[in-house]
This record gives sequence, C-alpha cells and structure tokens, in this order.
Amino acid sequence: MIEAYLLHLLILICIYAILSMSLTLLTGYTGMLNLGHAAFFAIGAYASVLLVMAGFPFWLGFLAAGGVAALFGVLLSIPSLRLRGDFLAIATLAFGEIIRSIMLNWTELTRGPLGIPGIPKPELFGIVFDSMLTYFVLTIVVVLATYVVLKYLLDGKFGIALKAIRENELIAESLGKDVKMLKMQAFAISALFAGFAGSLFAHYITFIDPSSFTLSETVLVLLMVVLGGLGSLVGSIAGAIILILLPEPLRFIGLPSSMVGQLRQIIYAGLLIVLIIKRPKGLFGEQWFGGIVSDSS
Amino acid sequence: MVFQQLVVNGIIAGSEYALLAIGLTLIFGILRIIHFAHGEVAMVGAYVAFVVSVSLGLPLPVGFVVAICFGALLGMAVNRFAFKPLRKQHVWIGLIAAIAVSILLQNIIALFFGNEIKTYNLGPVEKGMEMFGFIITKTQVLIIVVAVALMILTWFFIKKTKTGQQARAVADNRHLAESLGIDSEKVIASTFAFGSALAAAGGVLIAMETNLDPMMGLMPNIKAFAAVIVGGVGSVPGAILGSYFIGLTENIGIWYLPSGYKDAIAFFILIVFLLFRPQGILGKKKEGIEQ
Repeated sequence: MIEAYLLHLLILICIYAILSMSLTLLTGYTGMLNLGHAAFFAIGAYASVLLVMAGFPFWLGFLAAGGVAALFGVLLSIPSLRLRGDFLAIATLAFGEIIRSIMLNWTELTRGPLGIPGIPKPELFGIVFDSMLTYFVLTIVVVLATYVVLKYLLDGKFGIALKAIRENELIAESLGKDVKMLKMQAFAISALFAGFAGSLFAHYITFIDPSSFTLSETVLVLLMVVLGGLGSLVGSIAGAIILILLPEPLRFIGLPSSMVGQLRQIIYAGLLIVLIIKRPKGLFGEQWFGGIVSDSS
Repeated sequence: MVFQQLVVNGIIAGSEYALLAIGLTLIFGILRIIHFAHGEVAMVGAYVAFVVSVSLGLPLPVGFVVAICFGALLGMAVNRFAFKPLRKQHVWIGLIAAIAVSILLQNIIALFFGNEIKTYNLGPVEKGMEMFGFIITKTQVLIIVVAVALMILTWFFIKKTKTGQQARAVADNRHLAESLGIDSEKVIASTFAFGSALAAAGGVLIAMETNLDPMMGLMPNIKAFAAVIVGGVGSVPGAILGSYFIGLTENIGIWYLPSGYKDAIAFFILIVFLLFRPQGILGKKKEGIEQ
C-alpha cells in the first residue's frame, strides 16, 4: 500500500518534471511567460488518447501527442513575435482558455465535460505498463530523455541564443540571430515535451476531462519553474519534487478532503508571492542581466 | 425578440465589466502592470456584502457600502504587500504576483464559505418587465443605473479632484510628477483604493444578478481586461466603450455560435486586438504593448 502511494508520487513527479523542464525552456531561458502551458499538456493528452482508443498503437499516440502540441506551439509563437512580455502572457492565457473551451464544447470529439474514461495502459514492444512499477520506469525514462535532449540543446548555441533573446532582443538580432525563428523553435520544442507529458498523464490516470487542464495547472508548473530557478533544468526538476511532496503531509493531519485542496492552493500561492519578492532567481537560478532585476521595456 | 434580448443582456454584462475595467485601466496606466487579482477583489466585495446582508441581516444597500469600503482597503493591501516590493522587477513578475494573489483570495474565501453557490436571498425570482420585445428585471435595471452612476463618479474623480489630477500626472510621466512634489506612492495607493472600490461594487452587482462563488471574479476580470485592450490601455472612456463592446459581442455572438463558446468569444477578441490593433479603438500612440 505504502509502496503504491510512493510510486504514485514518483510518477506524478516525473510527469511534472517533464512539464516544468519544458516550461523553463520558454520562460526561464527565452524570457517568455507562457500562461497557456496547460493547453499543450491537454492537447497531448487528448491527441494520444483519441488515437490509441481508435486502435492505433501507443507509440504512435505518444509521438502524435508531442507532434500535435508542437504544431500548436508554432501557432502560439505568432503573438510572441509582436507582444511585450506581460501582454504575450495574457495572449497565451487567452489561447489556453480557447483550447479549454473547445475541449468542453466539441463533444463529438472530446465528450466535453463528461471526459474520456477507460483509457488503456500503454503497450510498447509487447510490454504492458499496467503496474505502478513499470509505469514509473516508463516515466523516468522519458524524464531522463527529456533532460538529456534539453540539456544538449540549451547548453549549446541554441540555448545561448535563447538567453540572448531574454536579455536583449535587439542585441540578439543585431548579432545576426534569427529571433523569430528561434522563438518559434522554442515554443515548438516546449510544446512538444508538454505534449509527451500529457500522453503519459492520460494513460496513467486513465481518465481525462477538461477540468484537469486549467489555469491553476499552469500556475503550479510555473511555480515549480520559479522555485527551482528560472533557466535551470535541474532547478525545474527540484521544483517538481518539492511541490508535489510539499502538500502531502496535509493528507495525514485529518482535515476534511475539501479543505486539503484549498490549503494546498493557499500554500502554493503564498509561496509564489514570497518567492518572487524575496528570491526571484529561485533555488538554482542564475541572475538575469537584462531582465529580472530591471524593466526591459 | 430574441435578438433584442441578447442586446439587453450585452448591455447588462457590459455595465458589470466596465466597473472592473475602469480600475484595471487606471492601475495599468500608472504602474504598467496587469492586475490579475482585480476580479478577486470584486469577489471578496460580493462576499462582504453577503456577510452584512445575509449573516447579519442588515439591508443589502448597507452591505453594498461596506463592500465598497472593504474593497478599497483590500486593493491598497494588495498594492502594499504584493506589487510595491516588485516595482523594479521584470515586466511580467508583477503579473505572476497578481495571479498568486488571485489564487490566494479564491481559496481563502472557499475555505471560509465553501465552494458552493450562495445568493443574497433577494426574495422569490423576479418577474421581468416586458418592453420593446425584451424582458428585464428590476435588479437588472438597477445594475445598469448604479453602474452608469459610478462611471459618472469616476469621470468626476479623474477630472475634478486633486488626487485624480495627480494620478493623471503620474500616469503621464512619473519622474516629472515626482519632481513637482507629487508623492507618487500615495497617488498609486489612492488609485488602487478607488479602482478596487469600483471593482467591489461591480462584484456585488454581478452577485445580485447571478450568485456568489469563489471563482465568480475570474472570468469577468479577464473580460474586463479584454475590454481595456479593446478600448486602448490607460484610457477610462476606452475601457467603458470596450466593456460594452465585449458584453454585446459575446451575447450577440451566441446568436450564431453554441452558447458554450460565449467565454471563448471574448478571448478571441482579446487575441485579435493584441495582434492587430494593440492600441485599441480609441488609442492613438503606442502604449508599450508591442516590443
């Protein structure tokens, strides 16, 4: 029993670690606040589930989850080419809400608020990942792969170019960087991994509905990114571990379950306020030169 | 028949959005921050009126006045504890703080009052008056009248009072205003108080027409923000115009679309304006939305 509970937490940590790493690529490295990240997570979840339930194999659903989300990432990068930081954030928020509205109303495809139950567990190379342990192995492999790929990209020229955009877009452009293309790639890669996380989430929980992909989901991932440190992959993973485990003791002190949810949100929100006031660079974050200490607009 | 009804519904919605949008645009004009928790100030205002009128049994107008006063205090507190420490931070750090405040207030209210829907117990469901092919209740007439009265009061505050003039000066050029001896922090606090008082009034009016729940402020606030963009950021007449534009478009829009897409219409307008006309309908110069 206790093993199942711990494995459950570990699997959630893995899924959120993928999400927070994908968000820090955009928000931490490139300096673009995305308040619609849960939409990529949702698109991945629905794409994967709809394909697998139509009879396609899991690997195809998983890849399609990333692919479709990445296409929407390219779409969402269009406002980023024109808008200032906080207005871009509002545009991404509106995008997230439009996607949620479509999930709720396009009932022929998504069954709307009823959600999709009975999602099968993944099957790869003849192995069915139906036990907690095997599912944990699957998610940790994806986490490691995500880390390796993002680490490779972000430590290289690509990551340095993204940071240049964050610090000063005009200088990045004057140094010959194709800022538009880089922003589009950043959005696409970020959405790709969020889509993968969505697939893993849906096939783990085996039920999805639009209420799993609200703004508060985005805010939780954002908090992981800010806590871990904007622009740090290790920090994002640490953020996911801390924030998944932090509210767990609330379960054991005998509060009614409705209050646990609210207290959890109060802790998250309070922590976020204290953090950005007292330590905006988080646990592992680096100092932003052009950005986080001065108004770049 | 149905069309006239949708227009009237749009005007009612627009009146409610306008009370939120005025505060949003004033605060943006001065601080260049998006006050995401403004809708929660409205929500808390609605609950304060609930406590006064339902729990204490006093008349609702008393609750309305208490809510406005409490709203002003809450607005100043939000400014003092969440925004003031972040004045020199990156442009979207203030937005993150505002979102955190919004979640904090939603959950504190939910903790005390529960998530379930509450009402002001205004008696049995009113029978609306029929005229010119639409139906409107007395409460709805009251909402429009009170909202318009508060808009006129806002005009008076901005144009005629010393604080209003100072607020315009600080919004125009903070350093210049300070060099002329205006205490900009004091002006910012007053602006938060005034805008938040209007928001609390709006919250009570929204709750009178529908009901109360901890999430009731979120969507109206995002729509009010869309109205601010549509009208041109920083402009009070623009915010009012934008509010009626959003209220009417989303209500008339469900003439053509399934009603479930009502919220999505406002978000769509928001994105379209941000991309293609960021200065809004009334705006002339660039207000710093674009990079």
